[in-house]
Parts: sequence; structure tokens; C-alpha cells
Amino acid sequence: MYKQVNQKAWLLVLPVVVLVAFNAIIPLMTVVNYSVQETFGDNVFFWAGVDWFQQILNSPRFHDALLRQLLFSAIILAIEVPLGLIIALAMPRKGIGVSICLILMALPLLIPWNVVGAMWNIFALPEIGLLGKGLNNLGFDYNYTRQPVTAWFTTVLMDVWHWTSLVVLLCYAGLVSIPDDYYRAAKIDGASAWAVFRYIQLPKLKRVLTIAVLLRFMDSFMIYTEVKVLTGGGPGNATTFLSIDLDKMALGQFDLGPAAAMSLIYFLIILLLSWLFYTLMMRNEAQ
Amino acid sequence: MRKRSLIPIIYIVFLMLPIYWLVAMSFKTTNEILGGFSLFPQDFTLENYAKIFTDSTWYSGYINSLIYVVTNTILSVAVALPAAYAFSRYRFLGDKHLFFWLLTNRMAPAAVFALPFLQLYSAVGLFDTHIAVALAHTLFNVPLAVWILEGFMSGVPKELDETAYVDGYSFPRFFVRIFIPTIAAGIGVACFFCFMFSWVEMLLAKTLTSVDAKPIVATMTRTASTSGYELGLLAAAGTLTIIPGAFVIYFVRNYIAKGFALGRV
Repeated sequence: MYKQVNQKAWLLVLPVVVLVAFNAIIPLMTVVNYSVQETFGDNVFFWAGVDWFQQILNSPRFHDALLRQLLFSAIILAIEVPLGLIIALAMPRKGIGVSICLILMALPLLIPWNVVGAMWNIFALPEIGLLGKGLNNLGFDYNYTRQPVTAWFTTVLMDVWHWTSLVVLLCYAGLVSIPDDYYRAAKIDGASAWAVFRYIQLPKLKRVLTIAVLLRFMDSFMIYTEVKVLTGGGPGNATTFLSIDLDKMALGQFDLGPAAAMSLIYFLIILLLSWLFYTLMMRNEAQ
Repeated sequence: MRKRSLIPIIYIVFLMLPIYWLVAMSFKTTNEILGGFSLFPQDFTLENYAKIFTDSTWYSGYINSLIYVVTNTILSVAVALPAAYAFSRYRFLGDKHLFFWLLTNRMAPAAVFALPFLQLYSAVGLFDTHIAVALAHTLFNVPLAVWILEGFMSGVPKELDETAYVDGYSFPRFFVRIFIPTIAAGIGVACFFCFMFSWVEMLLAKTLTSVDAKPIVATMTRTASTSGYELGLLAAAGTLTIIPGAFVIYFVRNYIAKGFALGRV
């Protein structure tokens, strides 16, 4: 759509800018402030320069948390995006089934995150939970409070349960917006189901898939509450992702300087990776 | 066709299992929960719910949560409406950068902002008020609302605006009388997503409150950690937090799917 140049439009955006700036810029400046200073309490601060940044970037603890985080986000994307797409493709297109599917599938999205954690905590308890007891009865040695591998399994399963529906909803919206003519033309040409998917549905879904990948990447990279309630970052440090590590440092130990430096590095990593995903996916579209 | 509809059914069963377990547990006594494994409640009890509805530390949590969520939804959508209109209709200095900057706030981890928010809202004297949480949640809800509304507004042809101006409508009158009713569905979707993200968020809500505005999610975590493991009570409180969400989904069920898909990246 052609848009008129109108500088007065700034007046319409002003309330948003003021509100978001109050919430984003002042706290961000506080973080920057802490990240370059040292304190021994009593509100006395000393200039520390880039010491904290060096300390964080060289600390094995940060490297481990970052690696766990990257691995977690990679697993989440590898499972949820294809799974969401498959479910959306198999969903009914009309009739009462659509409403039932949409309502039931959207339900996990509207449950408070700590309730999600608590729910999975009791669902997976080895002695009294349905999942934990069930797996143990089937002969698996399953105890997510003790074994790192099953703790990861439970965390990933919880996230798949919690967020796959978002991918489904997005893909479904993309699918129903494809005009029927495309399918009719494909039928006349005798195209196989795979060809319809590969040459009609997939290209048309590119935009919603980009949004799905971006949202799932950002949110899985920032995951905090659910894991905190489910495993508390344990056993040991097995599920201590970046946000949980940051929380331990800032609110647990009150190491404000290093915590602030880590916050900034963390935020920059998300920005950089999101930008990378976005550019790569959009460049493919341009070709 | 048969085989195909099996996939959504299996998925929905998978989604319902943990929810079933939570609901089943809320009707059990603590002794039964800790005593062993049972698929259905053996001693069916409503005691857990009775406690929540009679103890003010519990039910006030729900009221507090609803107050700040509704405040936040109204505030976010109200300021996002004119901004989204500006983005969808005009070009102005720095518009693209501004749009991107708004979206980057969606990428800020709440854990990064928790402590600075506590200091900021204490400094301006809003700590432990509903308005503090409502304002804090605008950080991610305003960008989201602008994004969704801009998508819906770009779908409305510009001729609608031009005809109204020719007919002698002033901008505010046109906006309220004609434009807002035209994009009512978009406003519904934006409200839904603002409600959703404010309702499910816990870290900021918990950090910014202590007594007067304590949200239900904070009440729950404190129960879990202080008075041992009252699982039945926790399950009942959890079950009750699902209800507002289910209620809201029912109203927007035909539009949810559209919400995100229309926004531009």
C-alpha cells in the first residue's frame, strides 16, 4: 500500500514510545550502570570498566549454561516446528471439529507458566505421578529429580506440550488462507499429495513459519519459570539454562556487577540470533 | 482420511493428560496423594476448593491477578491503537527503526529486567500496586498489540479513511465512530493476546508485589515452598487458574488463528 509521508504521525506513536521507553530504557540503563561498576554495599560504587564482561565471557559456568541453552533451543525447534506443521496439515478444515481442536489446543497456552511447571512436576513424579509411575511400570528407570537425562527429557516434553500449539495455530492460519483455486489446479494436473505440500503449501507457509521459528526461538531461549518450578535447574546444574543461572547470580548471590554484564551479553545474543534467523529466512524468500 | 484425523486426536489426548492429572489431584486428600498411586480420586473431596474460596490470602490472589491483567490489557490496546494506525497509514522519520525497536522489547528476558524493575518501581512509589504490574507488562504487550493491530489495519483499504474525510469527519471522530468498529475483530485478537501474556507471566508480577497486590501465581509458589507439600491445595489453585483462559478462548475461538498470522515480521 502506498503510504503518505506525514511527520505528525509521531504524535500518534508518542504514547507508545513514552510507555515502552519508561519500561525499557531506564531499566536497561540501570543494568548498563551496574555492569561497569563494583560495589561493597552501602551504595558506594567504583568504576570497574569491562572487568565483569571479561569475567563472564571467560567463566566456564557461563559457557556451560550457554551451551545447555543453545542445545535446548535447537531441540525445541527441531521437534516443535515439524510436529506443529504435521498436526496443522492433519486438522479438519470445516465443521464443528475446527472449533473443538482450536479451543482444546490453545488451552496450554493460557495456563500460567508456574502452573505449567507445577503441573508437570506432579505429573512426572516417579512414585505418584501418572507419567512417572507409568514409565516406571513399563520398565524404564525414570526419576527426573535424580537423573540428568530424564530431567532433560521431562523438560523438553513439557515445552513440547506447552508450545507446539502455537506453531499449530500459526500454520493452520497460513493453510486456511491458501485459495481453493490452487488445490483445484493441482488436482487437474494430477499432482501427488507430496507435490501439493512441496510446491503449494510449503511456499505459502513461509511467512508464518518464519514467525513461528522466531517466536519459539526467542521464548525457548528465555525459558525460566517452567523449568524453575519443574526442576529448579537440577539435578546438579543439568537444566540450569541462562535465565536460571542469571537469577541465581542476581537474586541468589546478589553479584550485581557480573549479573548485569551477563544480562547484557544474554540480550545481545538473543538479538543477534533472532536477526540472523530473520535475515536467512527472508533471503530465501527473496530468491 | 481416517488415518489423518488420528493425528490431532492423539495430540489432544497428549495435551489433556497432564491437565487431567492436575484436576484429579485437586479432588484428592493430601493423604491419598502421598499415600500412593491412584488413577481416580478414591476419597472424593472438595476441601481443597473450599479452602481457596474461604481463605482471603488465596482468593484475593485471583482478584489481584485479574485486576492487573485487565488494566494491562486496556492500557496496552488503548495506546497501541493510534500507534498501529500511524504505522499502517503513514511514513515518518524513523518509522522502520521505531517498529523494530518496539519488537526487540519482545526479546528481552524477564530475568534481565526483574531487578531493575524492582528498583524503578520502588523509586517512583508504585511497588506492590496493581498499576506497577500492569505497567511492567506493557513492556512486552504493547509491542505485541501494535504488531497485531498493524496487521489488521493494513488490511483495511485507505479509501475508507478518504471517504470519511470527504464526508467531513474529523480524525478523532472518524477513528472512534468508523475505524474502530471496522477492525473490531483485530482489537479482540489483540486483547486476547495481551490478556494471555499478562495472565501467564509470573517473574515480574512476583518481583513487583509483596502483600497488597500479590498475584495468585506468587501465592502458589510460596505455599509450595513454605508449608511443605500441600499438593492437593496446589492442584486446586492451579486448576482454577485455567478457567479464565478457557473462558477467553471460547469468545475468540474463530479469530485466534488469525491473530499472529496477520502481523508482519
